Amino acid sequence: MMTNTLVVDRLVKHFHRKKPYPNNGKLTFPQKINHRLKNEKEVVKAVDDVSFRVAMGEIYGILGANGSGKSTLIRLISTLLLPDSGEISFFGYDVVKDSFKFRQMINRVSVEASFFKRLSSEENLVYAARLYGLSAREAREKAEKILVRLGFDSTRMDEMMEDLSRGMQQKIAIARALLTSPILLLLDEPTTGLDPKSKRDVQRFISEIREDNDVVVLLTTHDMVEAETLCDHIAIIDNGKFIATGTPKELKAQVSTQGDQVTLEDVFIELTGTDLAEDVE
Amino acid sequence: MFDIKRETVVSYAFIERNFNLLKRYLNWEILFFTYSIVNALTIGLIMVGRGTARDVLYLVIGALIWGFLSIMMREVSDAITWERWEGTIEYTFMAPIYRITHLVGSCFFAILYGLLRTGIVLAVMPFFFGEHIDLSHANWLTLAVTVLTASLSFIGIGLMAAIFPLLSPEKGQAATGILQSVILLISGVYYEIGVLPEWMQVISRISPATYALRSTRAAMLDNSSIADQANNLILLLIIGIITIPLGFWVFHLGEQYAKRAGRLKRSG
Repeated sequence: MMTNTLVVDRLVKHFHRKKPYPNNGKLTFPQKINHRLKNEKEVVKAVDDVSFRVAMGEIYGILGANGSGKSTLIRLISTLLLPDSGEISFFGYDVVKDSFKFRQMINRVSVEASFFKRLSSEENLVYAARLYGLSAREAREKAEKILVRLGFDSTRMDEMMEDLSRGMQQKIAIARALLTSPILLLLDEPTTGLDPKSKRDVQRFISEIREDNDVVVLLTTHDMVEAETLCDHIAIIDNGKFIATGTPKELKAQVSTQGDQVTLEDVFIELTGTDLAEDVE
Repeated sequence: MFDIKRETVVSYAFIERNFNLLKRYLNWEILFFTYSIVNALTIGLIMVGRGTARDVLYLVIGALIWGFLSIMMREVSDAITWERWEGTIEYTFMAPIYRITHLVGSCFFAILYGLLRTGIVLAVMPFFFGEHIDLSHANWLTLAVTVLTASLSFIGIGLMAAIFPLLSPEKGQAATGILQSVILLISGVYYEIGVLPEWMQVISRISPATYALRSTRAAMLDNSSIADQANNLILLLIIGIITIPLGFWVFHLGEQYAKRAGRLKRSG
Protein backbone atom coordinates (compact mmCIF):
# COMPACT_ATOMS: atom_id res chain seq x y z
CA MET A 1 0.00 0.00 0.00
CA MET A 2 2.77 2.43 0.94
CA THR A 3 4.52 1.92 -2.39
CA ASN A 4 1.39 3.23 -4.08
CA THR A 5 1.96 6.67 -2.60
CA LEU A 6 4.21 9.62 -2.96
CA VAL A 7 6.80 9.35 -0.21
CA VAL A 8 9.01 12.28 0.70
CA ASP A 9 11.50 11.42 3.41
CA ARG A 10 13.79 13.87 5.25
CA LEU A 11 14.24 16.02 2.16
CA VAL A 12 16.84 18.77 2.31
CA LYS A 13 17.73 21.40 -0.27
CA HIS A 14 19.94 24.33 0.61
CA PHE A 15 21.16 27.04 -1.75
CA HIS A 16 24.25 29.17 -1.40
CA ARG A 17 23.89 32.78 -2.43
CA LYS A 18 26.01 35.89 -2.19
CA LYS A 19 25.64 37.67 1.12
CA PRO A 20 23.76 40.95 0.63
CA TYR A 21 25.51 44.20 1.55
CA PRO A 22 25.37 44.82 5.29
CA ASN A 23 23.83 47.98 6.78
CA ASN A 24 21.07 47.95 4.12
CA GLY A 25 23.63 48.59 1.42
CA LYS A 26 24.65 51.97 2.90
CA LEU A 27 28.35 51.46 2.27
CA THR A 28 31.09 53.51 0.72
CA PHE A 29 32.38 52.45 -2.69
CA PRO A 30 35.59 50.86 -1.26
CA GLN A 31 33.48 49.00 1.32
CA LYS A 32 31.29 47.64 -1.48
CA ILE A 33 34.35 46.54 -3.44
CA ASN A 34 35.74 44.90 -0.33
CA HIS A 35 32.44 43.09 0.23
CA ARG A 36 32.45 41.86 -3.37
CA LEU A 37 36.04 40.65 -3.13
CA LYS A 38 35.32 38.68 0.02
CA ASN A 39 32.60 36.88 -1.96
CA GLU A 40 30.99 35.53 1.19
CA LYS A 41 28.06 33.20 0.81
CA GLU A 42 25.08 32.56 2.99
CA VAL A 43 23.02 29.42 3.16
CA VAL A 44 19.35 29.55 2.28
CA LYS A 45 17.48 26.59 3.70
CA ALA A 46 14.86 26.30 0.96
CA VAL A 47 13.66 22.84 2.04
CA ASP A 48 14.76 21.70 5.45
CA ASP A 49 14.12 18.13 6.56
CA VAL A 50 10.66 17.73 5.05
CA SER A 51 8.81 14.41 5.20
CA PHE A 52 5.30 13.49 4.13
CA ARG A 53 3.28 10.83 2.32
CA VAL A 54 0.37 11.17 -0.05
CA ALA A 55 -2.06 8.39 -0.84
CA MET A 56 -3.59 7.65 -4.23
CA GLY A 57 -6.59 9.82 -5.04
CA GLU A 58 -5.60 12.40 -2.47
CA ILE A 59 -5.05 16.14 -2.87
CA TYR A 60 -2.26 17.26 -0.60
CA GLY A 61 -2.01 21.00 -0.06
CA ILE A 62 1.11 22.94 0.85
CA LEU A 63 0.36 26.31 2.33
CA GLY A 64 3.09 28.88 2.71
CA ALA A 65 4.16 32.47 2.18
CA ASN A 66 6.33 33.61 -0.73
CA GLY A 67 9.83 32.23 -0.34
CA SER A 68 8.78 29.59 2.17
CA GLY A 69 10.04 26.72 -0.01
CA LYS A 70 6.85 25.57 -1.77
CA SER A 71 8.16 25.91 -5.32
CA THR A 72 11.55 24.40 -4.44
CA LEU A 73 9.74 21.38 -3.05
CA ILE A 74 7.71 21.06 -6.26
CA ARG A 75 10.88 21.43 -8.37
CA LEU A 76 12.60 18.70 -6.37
CA ILE A 77 9.68 16.35 -7.02
CA SER A 78 9.64 17.44 -10.70
CA THR A 79 13.28 16.24 -11.09
CA LEU A 80 14.34 19.83 -11.86
CA LEU A 81 16.45 20.08 -8.74
CA LEU A 82 18.69 17.49 -7.14
CA PRO A 83 18.18 17.08 -3.39
CA ASP A 84 21.13 17.57 -1.02
CA SER A 85 19.84 14.66 1.02
CA GLY A 86 16.66 12.73 1.69
CA GLU A 87 14.48 10.74 -0.67
CA ILE A 88 11.48 11.17 -2.89
CA SER A 89 9.75 8.12 -4.34
CA PHE A 90 6.54 7.46 -6.19
CA PHE A 91 5.26 3.95 -6.78
CA GLY A 92 8.62 2.89 -5.35
CA TYR A 93 10.58 4.73 -8.05
CA ASP A 94 13.28 7.05 -6.77
CA VAL A 95 13.32 10.61 -8.11
CA VAL A 96 17.09 10.57 -8.74
CA LYS A 97 17.91 6.93 -9.51
CA ASP A 98 14.78 6.24 -11.59
CA SER A 99 14.45 9.74 -12.94
CA PHE A 100 13.27 8.69 -16.42
CA LYS A 101 10.51 6.42 -15.09
CA PHE A 102 9.56 9.06 -12.54
CA ARG A 103 9.18 11.69 -15.24
CA GLN A 104 6.84 9.42 -17.22
CA MET A 105 4.37 9.56 -14.32
CA ILE A 106 4.38 13.24 -13.47
CA ASN A 107 3.48 16.61 -14.85
CA ARG A 108 3.35 20.08 -13.45
CA VAL A 109 1.52 23.37 -13.67
CA SER A 110 3.50 26.31 -12.37
CA VAL A 111 2.36 29.74 -11.27
CA GLU A 112 3.87 31.16 -14.43
CA ALA A 113 2.46 29.57 -17.58
CA SER A 114 5.68 29.23 -19.61
CA PHE A 115 5.12 28.81 -23.33
CA PHE A 116 6.56 29.82 -26.65
CA LYS A 117 4.63 33.07 -26.75
CA ARG A 118 4.58 33.43 -30.54
CA LEU A 119 3.32 29.90 -31.12
CA SER A 120 -0.37 29.13 -30.94
CA SER A 121 -1.75 27.20 -28.00
CA GLU A 122 -2.29 24.24 -30.35
CA GLU A 123 1.34 24.32 -31.52
CA ASN A 124 2.54 24.53 -27.93
CA LEU A 125 0.32 21.64 -26.88
CA VAL A 126 1.31 19.44 -29.82
CA TYR A 127 4.98 20.11 -29.08
CA ALA A 128 4.54 19.26 -25.39
CA ALA A 129 2.56 16.11 -26.23
CA ARG A 130 5.17 14.87 -28.71
CA LEU A 131 7.76 14.97 -25.92
CA TYR A 132 5.65 12.32 -24.22
CA GLY A 133 5.40 10.23 -27.38
CA LEU A 134 1.86 11.32 -28.31
CA SER A 135 0.89 12.07 -31.90
CA ALA A 136 -0.41 15.48 -32.95
CA ARG A 137 -3.90 14.02 -33.49
CA GLU A 138 -4.01 12.47 -30.01
CA ALA A 139 -2.80 15.74 -28.52
CA ARG A 140 -5.47 17.80 -30.25
CA GLU A 141 -8.28 15.44 -29.27
CA LYS A 142 -7.24 15.18 -25.64
CA ALA A 143 -6.49 18.89 -25.28
CA GLU A 144 -9.86 19.85 -26.71
CA LYS A 145 -11.70 17.63 -24.21
CA ILE A 146 -9.74 19.07 -21.28
CA LEU A 147 -10.15 22.65 -22.45
CA VAL A 148 -13.90 22.27 -22.86
CA ARG A 149 -14.08 21.06 -19.23
CA LEU A 150 -12.06 24.10 -18.22
CA GLY A 151 -14.44 26.45 -20.00
CA PHE A 152 -11.94 27.41 -22.71
CA ASP A 153 -13.26 28.31 -26.13
CA SER A 154 -11.45 25.72 -28.27
CA THR A 155 -11.90 27.83 -31.43
CA ARG A 156 -9.15 30.07 -30.01
CA MET A 157 -6.58 27.30 -30.05
CA ASP A 158 -4.92 28.70 -33.15
CA GLU A 159 -4.30 32.09 -31.54
CA MET A 160 -0.82 32.98 -30.41
CA MET A 161 -0.21 32.50 -26.69
CA GLU A 162 0.73 36.15 -26.27
CA ASP A 163 -2.75 37.15 -27.41
CA LEU A 164 -4.48 35.10 -24.73
CA SER A 165 -5.33 36.37 -21.24
CA ARG A 166 -3.47 35.12 -18.19
CA GLY A 167 -6.46 32.97 -17.23
CA MET A 168 -6.60 31.40 -20.68
CA GLN A 169 -2.87 30.74 -20.67
CA GLN A 170 -3.18 29.02 -17.32
CA LYS A 171 -5.96 26.80 -18.69
CA ILE A 172 -3.67 25.85 -21.58
CA ALA A 173 -0.96 25.08 -19.00
CA ILE A 174 -3.37 22.76 -17.20
CA ALA A 175 -4.28 21.08 -20.48
CA ARG A 176 -0.57 20.63 -21.24
CA ALA A 177 -0.09 18.88 -17.92
CA LEU A 178 -3.21 16.73 -18.15
CA LEU A 179 -2.93 15.54 -21.73
CA THR A 180 0.02 13.34 -20.81
CA SER A 181 -2.22 11.54 -18.26
CA PRO A 182 0.06 12.02 -15.23
CA ILE A 183 -0.62 10.04 -12.09
CA LEU A 184 1.25 12.57 -10.00
CA LEU A 185 0.08 16.09 -10.76
CA LEU A 186 2.08 18.95 -9.30
CA LEU A 187 0.11 22.17 -9.14
CA ASP A 188 2.27 25.08 -8.07
CA GLU A 189 -0.07 27.98 -7.27
CA PRO A 190 -2.21 27.27 -10.33
CA THR A 191 -4.81 29.93 -9.50
CA THR A 192 -2.54 32.78 -8.37
CA GLY A 193 -3.27 35.95 -10.33
CA LEU A 194 -6.33 34.56 -12.11
CA ASP A 195 -9.60 36.45 -12.47
CA PRO A 196 -12.46 35.08 -10.31
CA LYS A 197 -14.14 33.20 -13.19
CA SER A 198 -10.93 31.49 -14.33
CA LYS A 199 -10.04 30.72 -10.73
CA ARG A 200 -13.41 29.05 -10.19
CA ASP A 201 -13.08 27.08 -13.45
CA VAL A 202 -9.63 25.80 -12.45
CA GLN A 203 -10.70 24.94 -8.89
CA ARG A 204 -13.76 23.07 -10.17
CA PHE A 205 -11.54 21.14 -12.55
CA ILE A 206 -9.14 20.15 -9.76
CA SER A 207 -12.15 18.89 -7.79
CA GLU A 208 -13.20 16.79 -10.76
CA ILE A 209 -9.72 15.31 -11.01
CA ARG A 210 -10.01 14.15 -7.41
CA GLU A 211 -13.28 12.40 -8.24
CA ASP A 212 -11.45 10.43 -10.94
CA ASN A 213 -9.48 8.98 -8.02
CA ASP A 214 -6.53 7.71 -10.06
CA VAL A 215 -4.16 10.57 -9.52
CA VAL A 216 -2.17 12.08 -6.70
CA VAL A 217 -2.32 15.87 -6.62
CA LEU A 218 0.17 18.07 -4.82
CA LEU A 219 -1.15 21.61 -4.65
CA THR A 220 0.71 24.63 -3.37
CA THR A 221 -1.35 27.70 -2.69
CA HIS A 222 -1.68 31.02 -0.92
CA ASP A 223 -5.42 30.77 -0.87
CA MET A 224 -6.87 29.52 2.42
CA VAL A 225 -10.33 28.89 1.04
CA GLU A 226 -8.89 27.00 -1.92
CA ALA A 227 -6.75 24.87 0.41
CA GLU A 228 -9.67 24.11 2.69
CA THR A 229 -12.08 23.33 -0.13
CA LEU A 230 -9.82 21.19 -2.28
CA CYS A 231 -7.26 19.51 -0.04
CA ASP A 232 -7.62 16.32 1.96
CA HIS A 233 -4.47 17.07 3.89
CA ILE A 234 -2.57 20.30 4.32
CA ALA A 235 1.00 21.06 5.35
CA ILE A 236 2.02 24.53 6.45
CA ILE A 237 5.55 25.34 5.33
CA ASP A 238 7.63 28.13 6.83
CA ASN A 239 11.33 28.77 6.14
CA GLY A 240 11.59 25.42 4.41
CA LYS A 241 10.13 23.40 7.28
CA PHE A 242 6.75 21.77 7.65
CA ILE A 243 5.51 23.29 10.89
CA ALA A 244 2.09 21.63 10.91
CA THR A 245 0.29 18.93 8.95
CA GLY A 246 -3.16 17.42 9.04
CA THR A 247 -6.63 17.67 7.62
CA PRO A 248 -8.11 21.19 7.66
CA LYS A 249 -10.16 20.10 10.68
CA GLU A 250 -7.12 18.77 12.54
CA LEU A 251 -5.16 21.93 11.85
CA LYS A 252 -7.94 24.10 13.19
CA ALA A 253 -8.16 21.93 16.29
CA GLN A 254 -4.45 22.58 16.94
CA VAL A 255 -5.03 26.28 17.60
CA SER A 256 -8.63 26.29 18.74
CA THR A 257 -9.04 26.98 22.43
CA GLN A 258 -12.27 26.27 24.29
CA GLY A 259 -13.95 25.13 21.09
CA ASP A 260 -14.04 28.58 19.44
CA GLN A 261 -14.48 28.83 15.65
CA VAL A 262 -11.18 29.39 13.87
CA THR A 263 -10.38 29.71 10.20
CA LEU A 264 -7.42 28.26 8.34
CA GLU A 265 -6.07 31.79 8.15
CA ASP A 266 -6.13 31.99 11.98
CA VAL A 267 -4.19 28.72 12.05
CA PHE A 268 -1.62 30.06 9.62
CA ILE A 269 -1.12 33.34 11.50
CA GLU A 270 -0.91 31.53 14.83
CA LEU A 271 1.66 29.02 13.62
CA THR A 272 3.85 31.18 11.40
CA GLY A 273 3.38 34.59 12.97
CA THR A 274 2.75 36.05 9.50
CA ASP A 275 -0.39 37.02 7.66
CA LEU A 276 -0.56 35.34 4.26
CA ALA A 277 -2.86 38.07 2.95
CA GLU A 278 0.08 40.52 3.12
CA ASP A 279 1.97 38.20 0.84
CA VAL A 280 -0.58 38.09 -1.91
CA GLU A 281 -0.91 40.95 -4.37
CA MET B 1 14.34 0.91 -22.81
CA PHE B 2 15.43 3.08 -25.71
CA ASP B 3 12.55 2.90 -28.20
CA ILE B 4 13.92 4.26 -31.48
CA LYS B 5 10.45 4.93 -32.96
CA ARG B 6 9.37 6.94 -29.94
CA GLU B 7 12.66 8.82 -29.81
CA THR B 8 12.31 9.72 -33.50
CA VAL B 9 8.85 11.22 -32.80
CA VAL B 10 10.30 13.14 -29.86
CA SER B 11 13.25 14.36 -31.91
CA TYR B 12 10.83 15.53 -34.59
CA ALA B 13 9.06 17.64 -31.94
CA PHE B 14 12.12 19.90 -31.74
CA ILE B 15 12.48 20.18 -35.52
CA GLU B 16 8.78 20.99 -35.97
CA ARG B 17 8.79 23.47 -33.08
CA ASN B 18 11.82 25.32 -34.45
CA PHE B 19 10.36 25.57 -37.95
CA ASN B 20 7.10 26.86 -36.39
CA LEU B 21 9.09 29.48 -34.52
CA LEU B 22 10.92 30.36 -37.71
CA LYS B 23 7.57 31.03 -39.44
CA ARG B 24 6.39 33.19 -36.54
CA TYR B 25 9.52 35.28 -36.55
CA LEU B 26 9.62 35.65 -40.33
CA ASN B 27 10.66 39.31 -40.18
CA TRP B 28 13.80 38.31 -38.33
CA GLU B 29 14.46 35.53 -40.83
CA ILE B 30 14.21 37.98 -43.71
CA LEU B 31 16.69 40.18 -41.89
CA PHE B 32 19.10 37.26 -41.33
CA PHE B 33 18.83 36.14 -44.97
CA THR B 34 19.41 39.70 -46.18
CA TYR B 35 22.39 40.04 -43.88
CA SER B 36 23.88 36.72 -45.07
CA ILE B 37 23.52 37.74 -48.72
CA VAL B 38 24.90 41.24 -48.17
CA ASN B 39 27.76 39.84 -46.10
CA ALA B 40 28.80 37.35 -48.80
CA LEU B 41 28.44 40.02 -51.49
CA THR B 42 30.45 42.71 -49.72
CA ILE B 43 33.24 40.26 -48.91
CA GLY B 44 33.33 38.92 -52.49
CA LEU B 45 33.19 42.43 -54.00
CA ILE B 46 36.41 43.36 -52.20
CA MET B 47 38.24 41.23 -54.76
CA VAL B 48 36.27 42.18 -57.88
CA GLY B 49 38.55 44.32 -60.05
CA ARG B 50 41.54 43.58 -57.82
CA GLY B 51 41.94 39.87 -58.27
CA THR B 52 40.90 36.97 -60.48
CA ALA B 53 37.55 35.13 -60.50
CA ARG B 54 39.33 32.52 -58.41
CA ASP B 55 40.15 35.13 -55.74
CA VAL B 56 36.53 36.31 -55.64
CA LEU B 57 35.29 32.75 -55.21
CA TYR B 58 37.93 32.15 -52.52
CA LEU B 59 36.38 34.89 -50.39
CA VAL B 60 32.77 34.00 -51.20
CA ILE B 61 33.44 30.39 -50.14
CA GLY B 62 34.84 31.71 -46.86
CA ALA B 63 31.70 33.77 -46.25
CA LEU B 64 29.33 30.94 -47.18
CA ILE B 65 31.07 28.14 -45.30
CA TRP B 66 31.58 30.32 -42.26
CA GLY B 67 27.89 31.29 -42.39
CA PHE B 68 26.88 27.62 -42.53
CA LEU B 69 29.23 26.47 -39.76
CA SER B 70 28.18 29.39 -37.56
CA ILE B 71 24.55 28.31 -37.93
CA MET B 72 25.52 24.75 -36.93
CA MET B 73 27.25 25.99 -33.83
CA ARG B 74 24.78 28.71 -32.87
CA GLU B 75 21.44 27.00 -33.49
CA VAL B 76 22.06 24.25 -30.92
CA SER B 77 23.08 26.79 -28.33
CA ASP B 78 20.30 29.22 -29.33
CA ALA B 79 17.68 26.49 -28.90
CA ILE B 80 18.67 26.35 -25.23
CA THR B 81 18.82 30.15 -24.95
CA TRP B 82 15.33 30.42 -26.40
CA GLU B 83 13.93 27.88 -23.97
CA ARG B 84 15.58 29.72 -21.10
CA TRP B 85 14.02 33.03 -22.17
CA GLU B 86 10.56 31.54 -22.59
CA GLY B 87 10.86 29.53 -19.38
CA THR B 88 9.94 26.30 -21.18
CA ILE B 89 13.28 24.62 -20.41
CA GLU B 90 11.85 23.27 -17.15
CA TYR B 91 9.07 21.52 -19.08
CA THR B 92 11.50 20.08 -21.60
CA PHE B 93 13.80 18.81 -18.84
CA MET B 94 10.84 17.42 -16.90
CA ALA B 95 9.60 15.39 -19.89
CA PRO B 96 10.58 11.70 -20.11
CA ILE B 97 13.07 12.15 -22.92
CA TYR B 98 16.70 11.26 -23.27
CA ARG B 99 18.94 14.30 -23.53
CA ILE B 100 20.52 12.77 -26.62
CA THR B 101 17.08 12.78 -28.29
CA HIS B 102 16.51 16.38 -27.30
CA LEU B 103 19.87 17.55 -28.62
CA VAL B 104 19.82 15.39 -31.76
CA GLY B 105 16.48 17.02 -32.66
CA SER B 106 18.03 20.47 -32.25
CA CYS B 107 21.08 19.41 -34.30
CA PHE B 108 18.96 18.09 -37.17
CA PHE B 109 17.10 21.35 -37.29
CA ALA B 110 20.44 23.20 -37.34
CA ILE B 111 21.61 21.14 -40.33
CA LEU B 112 18.36 21.61 -42.27
CA TYR B 113 18.18 25.31 -41.50
CA GLY B 114 21.87 25.84 -42.27
CA LEU B 115 21.56 24.07 -45.64
CA LEU B 116 18.44 26.07 -46.50
CA ARG B 117 19.96 29.42 -45.65
CA THR B 118 23.34 28.78 -47.21
CA GLY B 119 21.74 27.19 -50.29
CA ILE B 120 19.61 30.28 -50.91
CA VAL B 121 22.58 32.62 -50.47
CA LEU B 122 24.67 30.47 -52.81
CA ALA B 123 21.90 30.46 -55.42
CA VAL B 124 21.73 34.25 -55.32
CA MET B 125 25.48 34.84 -55.77
CA PRO B 126 25.75 34.31 -59.58
CA PHE B 127 23.12 37.04 -60.13
CA PHE B 128 25.41 39.59 -58.52
CA PHE B 129 28.84 38.41 -59.52
CA GLY B 130 28.17 37.18 -63.05
CA GLU B 131 31.45 36.37 -64.81
CA HIS B 132 33.40 37.24 -61.67
CA ILE B 133 32.51 33.84 -60.22
CA ASP B 134 33.51 30.70 -62.04
CA LEU B 135 31.87 27.52 -60.78
CA SER B 136 32.94 25.41 -63.76
CA HIS B 137 35.71 23.72 -61.72
CA ALA B 138 33.46 22.88 -58.78
CA ASN B 139 33.24 19.33 -57.51
CA TRP B 140 29.79 19.35 -55.88
CA LEU B 141 30.06 15.84 -54.45
CA THR B 142 33.24 16.69 -52.54
CA LEU B 143 31.54 19.88 -51.35
CA ALA B 144 28.49 17.95 -50.07
CA VAL B 145 30.64 15.38 -48.24
CA THR B 146 32.79 18.13 -46.73
CA VAL B 147 29.79 20.11 -45.51
CA LEU B 148 28.17 17.04 -43.92
CA THR B 149 31.41 15.91 -42.27
CA ALA B 150 32.16 19.40 -41.00
CA SER B 151 28.61 19.63 -39.58
CA LEU B 152 29.44 16.82 -37.15
CA SER B 153 32.33 18.61 -35.52
CA PHE B 154 30.50 21.92 -35.37
CA ILE B 155 27.52 20.24 -33.78
CA GLY B 156 29.92 18.88 -31.14
CA ILE B 157 31.20 22.40 -30.49
CA GLY B 158 27.59 23.67 -30.44
CA LEU B 159 26.68 21.08 -27.80
CA MET B 160 29.52 22.28 -25.61
CA ALA B 161 28.59 25.92 -26.22
CA ALA B 162 24.97 25.12 -25.24
CA ILE B 163 25.93 24.82 -21.59
CA PHE B 164 26.68 28.57 -21.48
CA PRO B 165 23.03 29.62 -21.98
CA LEU B 166 21.93 26.68 -19.84
CA LEU B 167 23.72 28.23 -16.89
CA SER B 168 23.03 31.85 -17.75
CA PRO B 169 21.02 33.04 -20.79
CA GLU B 170 22.55 36.55 -20.86
CA LYS B 171 26.19 35.66 -20.24
CA GLY B 172 25.78 32.44 -22.22
CA GLN B 173 25.03 34.18 -25.50
CA ALA B 174 28.06 36.40 -25.06
CA ALA B 175 30.28 33.41 -24.28
CA THR B 176 29.05 31.58 -27.40
CA GLY B 177 29.82 34.72 -29.43
CA ILE B 178 33.37 34.88 -28.08
CA LEU B 179 33.98 31.21 -28.89
CA GLN B 180 32.62 31.73 -32.39
CA SER B 181 34.80 34.79 -33.04
CA VAL B 182 37.94 32.95 -31.89
CA ILE B 183 37.21 30.13 -34.37
CA LEU B 184 36.64 32.77 -37.08
CA LEU B 185 40.00 34.34 -36.34
CA ILE B 186 42.11 31.20 -36.31
CA SER B 187 40.53 29.14 -39.08
CA GLY B 188 41.55 31.03 -42.20
CA VAL B 189 38.04 31.96 -43.25
CA TYR B 190 39.14 34.91 -45.41
CA TYR B 191 42.91 34.38 -45.49
CA GLU B 192 45.45 31.59 -45.43
CA ILE B 193 46.36 30.52 -41.91
CA GLY B 194 50.01 31.02 -42.88
CA VAL B 195 49.55 34.77 -42.30
CA LEU B 196 48.73 34.18 -38.63
CA PRO B 197 51.39 34.38 -35.91
CA GLU B 198 52.98 30.97 -35.39
CA TRP B 199 51.32 30.33 -32.02
CA MET B 200 47.93 30.96 -33.58
CA GLN B 201 48.72 28.59 -36.42
CA VAL B 202 49.19 25.85 -33.82
CA ILE B 203 45.71 26.54 -32.42
CA SER B 204 44.21 26.66 -35.91
CA ARG B 205 45.14 23.01 -36.33
CA ILE B 206 42.48 21.96 -33.80
CA SER B 207 39.76 24.04 -35.43
CA PRO B 208 37.47 21.96 -37.69
CA ALA B 209 36.77 25.08 -39.75
CA THR B 210 40.39 25.03 -40.95
CA TYR B 211 39.93 21.64 -42.63
CA ALA B 212 36.37 22.37 -43.75
CA LEU B 213 37.52 25.49 -45.58
CA ARG B 214 40.59 23.81 -47.03
CA SER B 215 38.53 20.94 -48.42
CA THR B 216 35.70 23.18 -49.68
CA ARG B 217 38.09 25.52 -51.48
CA ALA B 218 39.89 22.62 -53.09
CA ALA B 219 36.55 21.18 -54.24
CA MET B 220 35.12 24.43 -55.56
CA LEU B 221 38.26 25.97 -57.05
CA ASP B 222 40.24 22.94 -58.25
CA ASN B 223 37.64 20.19 -58.82
CA SER B 224 39.29 18.18 -56.06
CA SER B 225 37.83 14.72 -55.49
CA ILE B 226 36.83 13.05 -52.23
CA ALA B 227 39.93 10.84 -52.48
CA ASP B 228 42.14 13.92 -52.86
CA GLN B 229 40.56 15.46 -49.77
CA ALA B 230 40.68 12.26 -47.71
CA ASN B 231 43.17 13.75 -45.23
CA ASN B 232 41.03 16.79 -44.49
CA LEU B 233 37.83 14.74 -44.36
CA ILE B 234 39.34 12.15 -42.00
CA LEU B 235 40.57 14.92 -39.71
CA LEU B 236 37.10 16.49 -39.73
CA LEU B 237 35.57 13.10 -38.94
CA ILE B 238 38.01 12.52 -36.06
CA ILE B 239 37.24 15.96 -34.61
CA GLY B 240 33.51 15.15 -34.93
CA ILE B 241 33.93 11.75 -33.28
CA ILE B 242 35.72 13.45 -30.39
CA THR B 243 33.60 16.59 -30.03
CA ILE B 244 30.11 15.07 -30.23
CA PRO B 245 30.43 12.67 -27.27
CA LEU B 246 32.48 15.31 -25.48
CA GLY B 247 29.69 17.82 -26.17
CA PHE B 248 27.05 15.46 -24.72
CA TRP B 249 29.19 14.82 -21.67
CA VAL B 250 29.88 18.52 -21.07
CA PHE B 251 26.17 19.26 -21.49
CA HIS B 252 25.31 16.50 -19.02
CA LEU B 253 27.72 18.00 -16.48
CA GLY B 254 26.17 21.44 -17.05
CA GLU B 255 22.68 20.03 -16.57
CA GLN B 256 23.64 18.30 -13.33
CA TYR B 257 25.21 21.51 -12.05
CA ALA B 258 22.14 23.54 -13.03
CA LYS B 259 19.93 21.06 -11.17
CA ARG B 260 22.11 21.21 -8.07
CA ALA B 261 22.41 25.00 -8.04
CA GLY B 262 18.84 25.76 -9.11
CA ARG B 263 19.83 27.48 -12.37
CA LEU B 264 17.00 26.18 -14.55
CA LYS B 265 14.20 28.33 -13.21
CA ARG B 266 13.31 31.68 -14.68
CA SER B 267 11.48 32.92 -11.59
CA GLY B 268 9.22 31.73 -8.79
